[in-house]
Amino acid sequence: MTQATAVAEAPANDLALTPELADAVVGTWAEDTETAYFIAPDRILDVLAHLRDAQGYDLLSNLTCIDYQGYGGKLRADVSERLDVVYHLYSTRRGGGSVALHVRVPADDTVPSATSVYPGANLQEREVYDLFGVKFDGHPNLRRILLWDGFNGHPMRKDWHEAYYEEDAKPFRSRHPKGEYAFHEDKLPWAKNTTYPAGWDPDSWQEAVAYVPVSQAPQHENQPHLDTESIVVNLGPHHPSTHGVFRMLTRVEGETILALEPEMGYLHRNHEKIGERNTWLMNMPFTDRLDYLNSMSNNWAYALAVEKLAGIEVPERAEYLRVIMAEFTRIVNHTWSIGFILNDLGALQTPALYAIEEREMILDMFEAVSGARMMCNYMRFGGVVRDLPEGWREQAAYLANDRLPRALDELDRLLTENEILKARGRGVGYLAVEDLIALSVTGPMIRAGGLAYDIRKAEPYGIYDRFDFDIPTLPNSDIYDRYYIRLLEAMESVRILQQALRDMPEGETLGGRGGYTLRAPEGEVYGRLEAPKGELGFYLASDGKTQPWRYHVRSPSYINLNALGPMSVGYKVADAIVILGAIDIVLGEVDR
Amino acid sequence: MFGTGLLKGLGVTLKHALDTFEDDRESVPDRYKGSLELGNNRRVIQQPIDQEGLLTIQYPEEKRLLPERFRYIPMLIWDSEKQEDRCTACGICAKVCPPQCIWIVRDSDENGKPVTRCSEFYIDAAVCMSCSFCVEFCPFDAIKMNHDYELAVYDRYPQLVYDMEELTVPLEYYAALWPTQYEEEQARRKQEEEEKRKQEEEKAAKAAARAAAKSAAAAEKPAAGAPKRSAAELQALAKERAAQRQAQAAEGGGDDDAAAAKRARMEDLKRRAQERARQRKQDSGQ
Ligand code: SF4
Ligand code: SF4
Repeated sequence: MTQATAVAEAPANDLALTPELADAVVGTWAEDTETAYFIAPDRILDVLAHLRDAQGYDLLSNLTCIDYQGYGGKLRADVSERLDVVYHLYSTRRGGGSVALHVRVPADDTVPSATSVYPGANLQEREVYDLFGVKFDGHPNLRRILLWDGFNGHPMRKDWHEAYYEEDAKPFRSRHPKGEYAFHEDKLPWAKNTTYPAGWDPDSWQEAVAYVPVSQAPQHENQPHLDTESIVVNLGPHHPSTHGVFRMLTRVEGETILALEPEMGYLHRNHEKIGERNTWLMNMPFTDRLDYLNSMSNNWAYALAVEKLAGIEVPERAEYLRVIMAEFTRIVNHTWSIGFILNDLGALQTPALYAIEEREMILDMFEAVSGARMMCNYMRFGGVVRDLPEGWREQAAYLANDRLPRALDELDRLLTENEILKARGRGVGYLAVEDLIALSVTGPMIRAGGLAYDIRKAEPYGIYDRFDFDIPTLPNSDIYDRYYIRLLEAMESVRILQQALRDMPEGETLGGRGGYTLRAPEGEVYGRLEAPKGELGFYLASDGKTQPWRYHVRSPSYINLNALGPMSVGYKVADAIVILGAIDIVLGEVDR
Repeated sequence: MFGTGLLKGLGVTLKHALDTFEDDRESVPDRYKGSLELGNNRRVIQQPIDQEGLLTIQYPEEKRLLPERFRYIPMLIWDSEKQEDRCTACGICAKVCPPQCIWIVRDSDENGKPVTRCSEFYIDAAVCMSCSFCVEFCPFDAIKMNHDYELAVYDRYPQLVYDMEELTVPLEYYAALWPTQYEEEQARRKQEEEEKRKQEEEKAAKAAARAAAKSAAAAEKPAAGAPKRSAAELQALAKERAAQRQAQAAEGGGDDDAAAAKRARMEDLKRRAQERARQRKQDSGQ
């Protein structure tokens, strides 16, 4: 590790490290946004282990990377190492804010893998390896994850350009005042943009089916009388039960799953690269397309992060509107996900259709206020874009006070006591909550394991500290509890909605014009909120320009998939379908 | 007792079935109340929020009444009062557009000097993400969101690359789609114009005063700026222009063909807009 930029004095003390570890911290950024500590690469595992064991930071929430090539800011100008791996740790027991650690390495260097301390680093490290080319020493399964083996280069590096590359930053000059419209097909004929990694031959390539851990699974189960053989089975990618284009590579012995490995990336569009070309505001409608069931909370998470970075205030009424939209969204998501869990269990369509009746009404409400049912694009930095139309509040109040409680009760009556659901769900897909946390799982899944960790309470954002609501928990950490917790959470959301709709004041909804010329001050920020599927975070770094230097989405769907393999082993193939359904993923967010 | 949960659940499904059955026995089921009948089983439906029983809509015969704020693909406004495009080719929409799907060519006069008018304006509807930023940030109220969502075509190129002609709609069309916003906007625009006019008048008055002081001899000459016309004169002028246009349309040929086609299109759109406004009124009346 060479000299870090702008080392602050005695940074180690803030981290409360033991004397042996004090020298592991080699600096901090000189900015006054969130403090981030530079750790020497060879000491990172010790520091992580210490923070986890001695200080209770049990959740490795976010792990990503920044490329500093061509960085234009002042405060971080003389960074000597090109790549910078970033870790954000939280404590689920204590709540509160994060510790941010940075490990900086030259482009082709390796970083010790955090998987030995936090198994949940698995997917995120693979993503960093795939998109940035950082190699992680000691990672059990370091393969590309979102892109295929024949993809040349690491697209999140700043010097990598996409096929239709025009310029580094929008707006592009070719649009005005001399708009030169050109068909994309003419600009770059197909096949000329295909390059392969050196030494890689497309004709002789065969996809290796023997992936770790599928290859390492026991080949035989002990069957005294039968000579059986385990086989590899692909579930998906095109299969209705995978909720999109998603593949589960399994090794099965009879009907029993011996190993399962999720394969993803079919919907990958390099959202983050697009985000770094966009101006700050342009990213807002793009966040709609992450978890497209929950565009309102996506909007909010991004606005929250940018507001934190740029220090933007939100008017009172807008805060209420945000809560209202986010809680409606949670109900939409949870009823939808209940419907699909039941679908996956074989209760085809009836519960799903009952569950989405009220969802339709909520979506119509979204449409009336924002102009679209799902791609709402409703929030801006410093508020929301439009006030409510006439009659909206009354209709929302009718939904919250009358219709939704009734509908949720009905779902409860329809399903909760159902003996088949109990037989299929009880004890299936069990994983202890400690293991779930270690795998970086967040959201309803851990609350169904008995841990009342919800960011709305643990680190309140917006105005959640004003509402009276509970965090429901259930003890068993199985499919049944994962179904039921969503129903309970939806009921709590109804309570929040009733209060918010009652108390919302009149007033402004947006300070300023929403900031399309925003230049965020140099620095970095990690903003997160409790999205319906878990912790949704945006990690943003700014070099003071109109575009984010780094735009990273910590998506709950993606990271919760860490637990899919461990949860499925030992259960039947039919159970694996429901176990996936109960994680509740949306591929738009998984693949980004 | 084993099985009670199942029975309870079946009770819920039975209730749903009965709700729908009862609803269907009425002469006009709830879900059709307040909807606009277009004949031949075609309707525009606005379901009440307390609708029970069946909620599904038989698209494409039945369609939902879209809320005013519904956004799909942008449209450009042709100001029918002033008989001109509102767009000034300022390019702000092209700059804020997230997927960069707007292309604008700014027009120029004979000397090559740029003018505030565009000669071409494209939106690639296949790329547009319906975010409405262009509308939010246009300083001239020149671009608005259209509600027309049945845009399927066989080929992307060039059908889905909309040019100015396809994008332009008359002001009345917009007023029918977005009545509330239109009213607010008109009020604001009127006020702004009023203010502008006042300022200009003041300026003119001052200039006139100065001019008068400078040379008493030229007192008869009107002050700087456009000569003022009486209302009668203006009307006569408008009539003349209309007659000219009609004559041109009658002559046909050359450039005028395109102009006539455009007018016909505008008329057609206006008619559709009026129909829509009528639908809306009828609907809200019920
Ligand atoms: S539509 Fe509006 S923003 Fe776009 S160029 Fe015309 S006047 Fe400017
Ligand atoms: S709606 Fe959005 S994407 Fe479409 S043209 Fe306007 S700014 Fe561009």
